[in-house]
Amino acid sequence: MWLFIISDALTFSGLLIAYSYLRVASDDWPLPFHFYPSIVVSSIMTFALLSSSLTMVFAVASAQKGRTSAAIGWLWATIACGMAFLLLHANEWLNLIHEGLRPFENPWGTPIFGATFFTITGLHMLHVTIGVVLLAVISIGHKSGRYTADHVEISGLYWHFVDLVWMFVFPLIYLMSVPLE
Amino acid sequence: MSHSSEHVGGTTKLFMMVWISLLAMTLIEVYLSYIHLAPGLMISILMALSLVKAGLIIAYFMHLKFEKKSLILTLIPMWLLVTCLFFIFFPDSFRLLEFRIP
Repeated sequence: MWLFIISDALTFSGLLIAYSYLRVASDDWPLPFHFYPSIVVSSIMTFALLSSSLTMVFAVASAQKGRTSAAIGWLWATIACGMAFLLLHANEWLNLIHEGLRPFENPWGTPIFGATFFTITGLHMLHVTIGVVLLAVISIGHKSGRYTADHVEISGLYWHFVDLVWMFVFPLIYLMSVPLE
Repeated sequence: MSHSSEHVGGTTKLFMMVWISLLAMTLIEVYLSYIHLAPGLMISILMALSLVKAGLIIAYFMHLKFEKKSLILTLIPMWLLVTCLFFIFFPDSFRLLEFRIP
């Protein structure tokens, strides 16, 4: 899992550096993220992901101590936080699409902004979705005894990594694009 | 991968502390984007804070602090090296605008 995580980390590094490159090389980069709703909602999303990491830590700790039902409870709490993140993010996407954001055109400035935004946040959303499915499978399997505490721990590594990636996506995509009023 | 179930590092209190400091750093980041710093300074502070947050997540939540040292030495320098290689062509972006056909 660590080898996968480090290679995936490089994928996201590459994407974020490409995004920064394009941004520095454009003179009218769009700044569409107003305080409300974008920044407030994305801060809540950050909170949801950070909290889900904490519940995941508790899930792993409970699983390792053999407290299966507690571990499953914490796993479902993690899944709930992940789902909250996904729903808020999907809503954010729909709002932006409604405002006219498309991969290669938008009403605000450099056309390529949409492509970078959808690629980076979309890939991250895909990771969260896979994580939610993975945790659900692990949680059901852990209940039946099919998956051990080690399985819970390894899926936890993946989940924390998804959280970690968001710690870079959030400032680079959102906070650097707050309009100067 | 991870084989032993007995390596339990860190207590509930420690993880809560890490979680609270991660939240605090996020709030500082959001606040910083509203006091209108120069973009260069702003990106430096944001990236520094994000790296600290990533470090906290990797060390405590992902348990790397409590794993074998050779694992850390295999993973982190490799990531650092390749990311630095990504940056080799980055300075091009600063002069790309001047090359554009009007």
